[in-house]
Amino acid sequence: MRAACAARTPLVIRGGGSKDFYGNPCKGEPLDVTSCRGVVSYDPSELVITVAAGTPLMEVEQTLAAAHQYLAFEPPVHNEHATIGGAIATGLSGPRRPWTGPARDFVLGVDCINGRGERLKFGGQVIKNVAGYDVSRLLTGSLGTLGVILDVSLKVLPQAETEISLIADMPLDRARKFIQDWSGRPVPISGACYYQGNLRIRLSGYESAVMHTATVMGLTPEENTSFWQQLRHQSLDLFTTGGPLWRISLPVTATAPEDFQLMDWGGALYWSKTDMPAERLRDRVKSLGGHATLYRDNGLNVPRFQPLDNGLLALHQRLKAALDPSGILNRGRMYSEF
Amino acid sequence: MPDAMKTLIEQLSQLLPADCIITDEESLRPYECDGLSAYRQLPGCVLLPETLAQVQEIMRLCHQHGVPVVARGGGTGLSGGALPLAEGVLLSLTKFNRILHIDPVQRLARVEPGVRNLAVSEAVAGYGLFYAPDPSSQIACTIGGNVAENSGGVHCLKYGLTVHNVMAVKLVTVEGEVLELGSEALDSPGLDLMALITGSEGMLGIVMEVTLKLLPLPSGEQVMLVAFDTIEDAGNAVTRVIAEGIIPAGLEMMDNACVRAVEEFVHAGYPLDAAAILICELDGIDEEITAQRDRMVELMRACHAADVRIATSPEEGRRFWAGRKAAFPAVGRIATDYYCMDGTIPKKHLAGVLSRIAELSKEYGLAVVNVFHAGDGNLHPLILYDISHPGELERAEELGGRILEHCVEVGGTITGEHGVGVEKINQMCIQFSDAERQQFHAIKHAFDAKTLLNPGKAVPTLKRCAEFGAMHVHRGEMKFPDLERF
Ligand SMILES: Cc1cc2nc3c(=O)[nH]c(=O)nc-3n(C[C@H](O)[C@H](O)[C@H](O)COP(=O)(O)OP(=O)(O)OC[C@H]3O[C@@H](n4cnc5c(N)ncnc54)[C@H](O)[C@@H]3O)c2cc1C
Repeated sequence: MRAACAARTPLVIRGGGSKDFYGNPCKGEPLDVTSCRGVVSYDPSELVITVAAGTPLMEVEQTLAAAHQYLAFEPPVHNEHATIGGAIATGLSGPRRPWTGPARDFVLGVDCINGRGERLKFGGQVIKNVAGYDVSRLLTGSLGTLGVILDVSLKVLPQAETEISLIADMPLDRARKFIQDWSGRPVPISGACYYQGNLRIRLSGYESAVMHTATVMGLTPEENTSFWQQLRHQSLDLFTTGGPLWRISLPVTATAPEDFQLMDWGGALYWSKTDMPAERLRDRVKSLGGHATLYRDNGLNVPRFQPLDNGLLALHQRLKAALDPSGILNRGRMYSEF
Repeated sequence: MPDAMKTLIEQLSQLLPADCIITDEESLRPYECDGLSAYRQLPGCVLLPETLAQVQEIMRLCHQHGVPVVARGGGTGLSGGALPLAEGVLLSLTKFNRILHIDPVQRLARVEPGVRNLAVSEAVAGYGLFYAPDPSSQIACTIGGNVAENSGGVHCLKYGLTVHNVMAVKLVTVEGEVLELGSEALDSPGLDLMALITGSEGMLGIVMEVTLKLLPLPSGEQVMLVAFDTIEDAGNAVTRVIAEGIIPAGLEMMDNACVRAVEEFVHAGYPLDAAAILICELDGIDEEITAQRDRMVELMRACHAADVRIATSPEEGRRFWAGRKAAFPAVGRIATDYYCMDGTIPKKHLAGVLSRIAELSKEYGLAVVNVFHAGDGNLHPLILYDISHPGELERAEELGGRILEHCVEVGGTITGEHGVGVEKINQMCIQFSDAERQQFHAIKHAFDAKTLLNPGKAVPTLKRCAEFGAMHVHRGEMKFPDLERF
């Protein structure tokens, strides 16, 4: 990396390649990190695991499951090659996100290499730590533009005793209202989505609490809970069939987009195959307080992420320069300007 | 008064009402320190703006004249983060004390930075909601200060720190520009600047508005008090609870010295003969609480608890908590002065670190009382000293430094929630390498190229670490450990 920095050779960081589709295409010498592999340390009673970035997500999840723990941000595992480094660099989080938090909430520390080729450690293996700026959370979701993650320490949570799925056929308005009403109460919701005319609610927690909540909610328990796995891992038809796919993030009280296929995150996330022109879609979503990502481009050639306002963009560029002054890391993957 | 400050004040007096500018010594006095009162410095002036536009203009002028700015909220910080600079402006944000908007459906509150932490939970309780991070200082500390320090509280084991509970921030930059970070949606395009701002100790910008996430109030809670005959048993019990998959809302520990100090002060009914006690709070809906409580009792017995008391009424629960909440003032009664440390360690090292603290306490001849957020391994050893005894403050600081260095040795950190400020600046040299600290400086530079925001705090310069290193040869092993220093 020091050589690449000196020669200003752009590098494209790559783990298992399962998320090659995500973000803007970028060119450069491939930097394969899959050889950094394995669990560095794991002590279930600390609720902390440290893993090398190239470790397959499936392996991480198996290790945790053996101690009845899990990654509470439910990163999508697109295939067996997906790595934990990729999960952190993209920062994508699954259906549980509104209730337990996104990937970055669980990141406690990283060991990384910045664009100068310096090996740096930020954060650590403890849950509370305010020494220095929170660079490890800044790296989460930065799409490899600021540094190469070598290993990451994550907070993990105990698995719930019980998990059930409830379903009801109802119109969107009622489903949204139902979710909003119940989200304001202390009940163990761990997922709420709307797909093909059905509201689905997932409950996780102590068996007694889950069963009690299910009864008072009055929805129908669903025998087969595989839907939530498909939702999390993005294997529902919607994700795998052709056409550009938009990921629209909105405040839960904002008007729903006219044209969408799936609502997740209790109404804070919509997946849409709309053919509305990108600029119009983005203007509209922005006026509602959200943003739209072209998640799978499938031929649509527009910038993947909602453009930033000038002041923010300039700050992004300065931060990029602070961590990667020669601009060699995943150049343009997030924004063409850096 | 230096010329730059004079010109600045002249220009500011066109902009701010006269009572918003303080320059006379007597009125400056209350601002000379924060909660770490061992460090004091009168500021060049104190400004108390009332509008966002005024704050922007102040920043613009200070930037133009190269005058440094230290923001101040409630002044309860324990690391000297709000310590003024003699040639700088102290920017007090206490007049920004309005809750701007409460949205019970989205469960958000938008507040100004000078709103006190507790005021938020009080204002939203009617909606069945609360703001989770609850530092013990919550009646006095402000949301702006909480964001700047990434503050925690007794409930953050289950509900997270400030960083997990803020959605958006309106930031005024050192040049006086406004940046909107985060949003009411669950994510925002670009880099996670909310993570970077939270805990940045007033070094990257002035927080002028904060959108807080609110949570549904649990419908019930159950408080338990558990006594142990040895510190080891108490430490093991904490580890076991977590390993068994229980995440209590709060899990606090006090050692015998603390129990005694507290009991004398608030008469909470704590067992005076216990080597350590745990205060544990379980919350949720009734079904959940019962299930957790039964498992907890079983576990505590298995961990050799000498006594397990379950509060039978909310009053009794409050009494169990009263002692923990009064720990600092209680210690304040038995010692002339105390110095509060804030290291975090992996929980499995609890017993070991406590015995190391006991050794160091003996070595320095200063008593140490321990109280901590056991569930997340965040220790608050309180070092007792008497500032009127020459050299005792310096000894207390040195002892504190050694405790923190030991926290780092066992894989922990020098600060869990109070921040680095001026206080732990030397220990930053131990926790981070030159390259890491340079990286922090580069990040600061991206926000504040002239280093005008709270300069000299949080991240030491290379020079300072070189000097510290020369004295501190290797991770706490000093030359001539028996000689007095400073
Ligand atoms: C008795 C006692 C108990 C405490 N208990 C806890 C506890 O349980 N948990 C915990 O985490 N802390 C605790 N603290 C520490 C302290 O209360 C927190 O750090 C608190 O967040 C500080 O808030 P403040 O408003 O007093 O900030 P100040 O002390 O005024 O400032 C703290 C820092 O924030 C910066 N700052 C303040 N406002 C802004 C702003 N608007 N924009 C940018 N920067 C700003 C200042 O420059 C300074 O660096 C305790 C303190 C005391 C005295």
